[in-house]
Amino acid sequence: MGLELDFSVVLERWRALLDGAALTLQLAFIAVICGAAIGVFGAIGRRGGNALVERLCGAYVEAIRNTPLLVQIFLVYFGLSSLGLKFSAFTVAAVALTINVGAYTTEIMRAGFDSIHKGQIEAAEGLGLSRAQIYWHVIIWPGIERVYPALTSQFVLLMLASSVTSQISAEELTAVANYIQSETYRSFETYIVVAFIYIALSFVMRFGFWLLGLALFPRRRRLGTPL
Amino acid sequence: MGGDLNINHLLFLAHGALWTVGLSAIALVGGGTFGFLVALGRVSSSRAVRLLAASYVQLIQGTPLLVIMFLSFFGLAAIGFNISPLLAAGASMTIFVAAYLGEIWRGCIEAVPKQQWEAAEGLALSRGQRMIKVILPQAIRIATPPTVGFMVQIIKNTSLASVVGFVELTRSGQIINNSLFEPFIIYSIIAVVYFSLCYPLSRLSRRLERTALQKKPALA
Repeated sequence: MGLELDFSVVLERWRALLDGAALTLQLAFIAVICGAAIGVFGAIGRRGGNALVERLCGAYVEAIRNTPLLVQIFLVYFGLSSLGLKFSAFTVAAVALTINVGAYTTEIMRAGFDSIHKGQIEAAEGLGLSRAQIYWHVIIWPGIERVYPALTSQFVLLMLASSVTSQISAEELTAVANYIQSETYRSFETYIVVAFIYIALSFVMRFGFWLLGLALFPRRRRLGTPL
Repeated sequence: MGGDLNINHLLFLAHGALWTVGLSAIALVGGGTFGFLVALGRVSSSRAVRLLAASYVQLIQGTPLLVIMFLSFFGLAAIGFNISPLLAAGASMTIFVAAYLGEIWRGCIEAVPKQQWEAAEGLALSRGQRMIKVILPQAIRIATPPTVGFMVQIIKNTSLASVVGFVELTRSGQIINNSLFEPFIIYSIIAVVYFSLCYPLSRLSRRLERTALQKKPALA
């Protein structure tokens, strides 16, 4: 049998692909914002001195990091519906991805916060800064600055992992691909095109995070050296 | 609907868990072998080889594993290559793992102090000898903790093989769920099984990391 590839039937559905890609980015955006917030609080909780909170945050991180995202998504999906709550697939996907990335962010940010030298905190105390001020100015921002590269690659991985939410029929890029290939019987071409869209999306995200890094951490730009 | 959860269901899950472990082993061996070549390619003296290895890593790390799975199962079938779910899952995992392990190991090779290269060169060892006798033995020691840590990722990612109909742990859970319709209980059991597979590895990885850090002054 001769091998004939026909990309045109896939490419002429570019609108659907674009919508899917937009939804993928939207999911990633929501999960990154909410996950970063969870990460800051989780990391503070893991080093905050209260044994119970430390345990709870530790258990959350270990539970998420040692189970597959697919199973987490199913648990959230069926868990919410067995509680009698009905949400759209998109909402469930966003919630599951947020819970997932929150755990990884917690762990990365904890590493960043732990890397702050004790002398810095003592100096801040000596200057009479309040506990909240010390956290904000001395621990959180410089800590995030140090782990920013690790954070951004985790966020790009999250965007790629959001493809798994197609399994609960959230209409993101992979779900669109599944739909197109079932309509055109051109599954090879479809998934090739979609793979390249994902590669493009991850480049876009990396570039975006690079710009954001320049804006958030001007000190790095001025010094031109990593901390 | 289909009755209660009984011992046969649990046996079926256990069977699925065995395949999860089996597929992880395939991915580790295949991806490890291929990944080793990728790592060597990344530090090769030839510019073309370096570029080739780097673009492989970029391509695979920019694509979700799920899409690679679909591509190798449905995609290859559509252009006339019918392959079994095991082959599709094994090949996808190998391709995926090779890119990540290759990149991890490249870091480990480059983490060997530069003086070691220079000393080996000073002893007139050839490039191959330098790599095999001097650099790799030290790089392996550095590479052990992150590699064990990555095995957790491998085990978790085998769950995606369920989408091509490979009956591993997640898929066997879905099959049972189709007859019992107790999704929350079944997926909780599955999550616990995954956790008990992965958590010891996470702990081991962290312990190895700590001992490696303690040994560091002796190494340098």
